[in-house]
Amino acid sequence: MSENQPFEPVIIGFTCNWCSYRAADLAGTARIKYPPNIRLVRLMCSGRLDPTFVMKALANGADGVLITGCHPGECHYLEQNYKALRRYYLLRRTLAQMGVEPGRIKLVWASAAEGVKLAEEITKMVEEVRSLGPLNWPRWEGENGHKAGMELKAEEVAV
Amino acid sequence: MSANGKPKFAMYWAASCGGCEIAVLNIHEKILDVDANFDVVFWPVAMDAKYKDVQAMPDKSILLTLFNGGIRNEENEEIAHLLRQKSQILVAFGSCACEGCIPGLANLSSTKEIMDSVYSSVSTVNPEGIRPQTSYLMPEGEIHIPKIYPVLKTLDQVVPVDYYMPGCPPESHQIGAVIDLVVKVLHGEASLPPTGATIGADKSTVCDDCPRERNVKTIKSFKRIQDIEKVDPNLCLLEQGIPCNGLATRQGCGALCPRAGAQCIGCYGPAEGVVDYGARLMTAFASVIDSQDPEEIERILDTLPDPVGQFYRFNLAGSLMRASRSAWNGNGKT
Repeated sequence: MSENQPFEPVIIGFTCNWCSYRAADLAGTARIKYPPNIRLVRLMCSGRLDPTFVMKALANGADGVLITGCHPGECHYLEQNYKALRRYYLLRRTLAQMGVEPGRIKLVWASAAEGVKLAEEITKMVEEVRSLGPLNWPRWEGENGHKAGMELKAEEVAV
Repeated sequence: MSANGKPKFAMYWAASCGGCEIAVLNIHEKILDVDANFDVVFWPVAMDAKYKDVQAMPDKSILLTLFNGGIRNEENEEIAHLLRQKSQILVAFGSCACEGCIPGLANLSSTKEIMDSVYSSVSTVNPEGIRPQTSYLMPEGEIHIPKIYPVLKTLDQVVPVDYYMPGCPPESHQIGAVIDLVVKVLHGEASLPPTGATIGADKSTVCDDCPRERNVKTIKSFKRIQDIEKVDPNLCLLEQGIPCNGLATRQGCGALCPRAGAQCIGCYGPAEGVVDYGARLMTAFASVIDSQDPEEIERILDTLPDPVGQFYRFNLAGSLMRASRSAWNGNGKT
């Protein structure tokens, strides 16, 4: 991004196949607008969200991460969204200790019918992160060392 | 090869405590095998040698270099590059070189905070407020000390590393086994593992070596081990609420701490395939917390007052985030 352009936050959104991903779909078919700053990644469940994904996103240039899942009690896999909730709390505390503002990590429940709500939450989060400014976490420095060019494959972080 | 026909061996310490050197000497009579099979050319702790002696060696003339310690300052990095250039096999030896270890926890603080704490806090008698200067003019001329880096780096963040040998320090029997292997390789009786492999440890987790009984874990609060009146000697420590890191930590020590009644603190680093050790532990700890109520979950998490210390005690510099923002800020980068 050049210096003259205003800061556009990059937000990685993790969505659940059974609810929030469909909510995003619904928002699309209903022509509800939300800012293009978010890049959605579909998981089978918010319980699939390994904190590794969030830290990899932040360490590789994302300014914020949005985690979405089914409302409590409505998880397709019974109670995995509660695990997501606990991981989110723990992750937020850990990242706060590393100096990452809690506002950059957000958890939102959105059912498949809540396209409007999801779009609103995305819009709200983009504005919040915009006001926090760029995260700019230093990346691995290019040419040095083995791990410099390390790319994470999804399989490597499989539970 | 040296004049006596033996391959050359070097060991170096960067930002480390010296425990790795003790661990090497602690292999007892096997140290004689090292001497019988190698010509020790450079080992600052054990013998006198100068950097210029190493600089004078032909490239790739040292067969095996064990490098322990993280990269904390310019000198560490310079010697890491030098030894990489002169060595055929460079081993990141011990937790500091592999993943930063305890010195890596300084990555939570800026250089200024570190210096204030070391030179100006109540723990130091320093009435004149003297701080280290990287250059100083003496009557004999200007002298220099190496600059500290704002963020401690692991060895493989600076130079390519052939093998990783985890542990704080690596267990003596594991060092012995690696030396046996290298000697066999020298005699053509075995072959080296693939480059980038972790040696002197197994692939699974400490739990696999732990004899304690394991059941479904449900935790209502985390406890410090000293706050428990009687720790059940046969039951999984995590089930008793003691934050034990064994379930993400690489197998290799034989579960020494849990056997002795203390929680695993994770010195053997991440198990095979784990990208971020702390993330894996967060996943596990959050899974076993027995609550679905947001307020209660927060209360339970309050009993883990230092998450980074718990999840990244040995691993911060080698983790995905690598350091805190205040440490990066010391670099002027963020």
